Amino acid sequence: MAENSTVHFIISRQDSPDSEPYQEEFHVPYRPNMNVISALMEIRRNPVNAEGKETSPITWDMNCLEEVCGACSMIINGKPRQSCSAIVDQLEQPIRLEPMRTFPVVRDLQVDRSRMFDSLKKVKAWIPIDGTYDLGPGPRMPEVKRQWAYELSKCMTCGVCLEACPNVNSKSNFIGPAPLSQVRLFNAHPTGEMNKAERLNAIMEDGGLTNCGNSQNCVQSCPKGIPLTTSIAALNRDTTLQSFKNFFGSDQV
Amino acid sequence: MAGNREFFYRRLHSLLGVIPVGLFLIQHLVVNHFATKGADSFNKAAHFMESLPFRYVLEIFVIFLPLLFHAIYGIYIAFTAKNNASRYNFFRNWMFVLQRFTGIVTLIFVVWHVWETRMAAAFGAEVNFNMMENILSNPFMLWFYIIGVVSTTFHFANGLWSFAVSWGITVTPRSQLISTYVTIGIFIALSIVGIRAIFAFV
Repeated sequence: MAENSTVHFIISRQDSPDSEPYQEEFHVPYRPNMNVISALMEIRRNPVNAEGKETSPITWDMNCLEEVCGACSMIINGKPRQSCSAIVDQLEQPIRLEPMRTFPVVRDLQVDRSRMFDSLKKVKAWIPIDGTYDLGPGPRMPEVKRQWAYELSKCMTCGVCLEACPNVNSKSNFIGPAPLSQVRLFNAHPTGEMNKAERLNAIMEDGGLTNCGNSQNCVQSCPKGIPLTTSIAALNRDTTLQSFKNFFGSDQV
Repeated sequence: MAGNREFFYRRLHSLLGVIPVGLFLIQHLVVNHFATKGADSFNKAAHFMESLPFRYVLEIFVIFLPLLFHAIYGIYIAFTAKNNASRYNFFRNWMFVLQRFTGIVTLIFVVWHVWETRMAAAFGAEVNFNMMENILSNPFMLWFYIIGVVSTTFHFANGLWSFAVSWGITVTPRSQLISTYVTIGIFIALSIVGIRAIFAFV
C-alpha cells in the first residue's frame, strides 16, 4: 500500500432526499492508518473529484469515531458497517461507498434512522422507575444473567441489521432485529420484567416479531456481535406463551 | 385481537404448514410409495384412501382450506421479501430465498397436480395406477413431477426448521444447528420416498 500515493474512491451521491443518485470518483492522498472517515474529511478539505473538477464536499454522519455510537454506518464495498472502523489498508480498491438505502437518504451518505428510535418507543425499550413516592431499590439481578444481558446492551442503533434484513424494506413495516433484541434486554432486567407483557404485546402488533423470516443476516452482520437471532427465537417462545395467556388466561400481566 | 391480527395470521400460517398440510404430505408420499410394490398394491391403497368415511369433510378441513390459507398468505410473505443473497452470501439467507422460491414452485405444481388428479376425479375420471402411468409417460411431465416433489419436500423440511424457531422451540444457536441437520435428513428421506414412487410409474 505504501507505494500507492492515492486511494481510489467511488462514492454514491445524492443532492436531496428526492433527487436521483449518481456516482462520483475521487483519488485521495494516501496516509498510513487512514480510515474511510479520514478520507472523507480529506475530500471535504479539498473537494476535487477524479476528473480534477471542484465539487461539493460529501455529506455523512459521524460522532464517536470508535464504533460505539453507530452514526457513521454506510455500505462499504457492499457491506453495511461503520466507516470509522473501516481501515483503508484492509479494504479492496476502488473503495465503494453508498448510503444504507433501507433508510430515507438525506444527502449523499447521510440517512435518517428515526424509524429505529420510533420503534424503540413503540416497544417501550426502557425501565419505568418513577413513582409518586420512593420505590426503594429494585430486585437484584443474578451476575450470570447480567453478563449475557450486557451483550444485548451493546446495541448502538446503527441500522446495519435492518439494512441486511431482506424483510425490512419499502413493502413491509417490519421494525427489524435491533428493537426486538432490546425487548429481550429490558425483559431480562428484574425491574424491567414488571412490564414484560406490555413489551411482548407491543412486538405482537403489526410490523412486529413475526415478520422475521429467519434469514439470520442480522446476526452475521451485527458489528457488535449481538446474538440477535437468539433474542428473536427467545422472544418467539415468550410471545407464544404470552398469546396463550392473552387468550386463555385471566391475569393481566 | 384486532392489533394482533398479523401475529395470529403468521403463527397460523406456520402451524398449518406442519399440521395438517405437512402431515398430509407425509401420508400422501407414503401411500404413493405402494406403487413400488406394483399396480395392484397402489390401486388398493388409493382405493382405501378414497373410501375413508367423511371423505369430503376430511378433504376440505384437513387439506383444501389449510392449504389454501397457507398458499395465499405464503404468496404475500414471499413477495414482501427483498432477496439479497448475492450481497449477503450466508447459508441461512440462501435457505430463506429457497424457501420462498420452492413455495411458489410447489404452489404451481400442486395446483396443476390437483387439477390433473382430484379435479379430474370429480369430473368422473378414475384415479389409479394407469392414470399416473399415462401422465408420467410424457418426459416433460416426468421432470415436472420430479421437480415438483423435490421442491415440496424441501419446502416442508426447511419449513419444519423455521417452525421450530418461530414457535420458540429451538432458541440456542446449537439447537438451531442440530435441527438444520435433522431437517436435511428429513428432506433427503422424503425426497427418496417421493422419487421412488414417481419412477415406479415409469
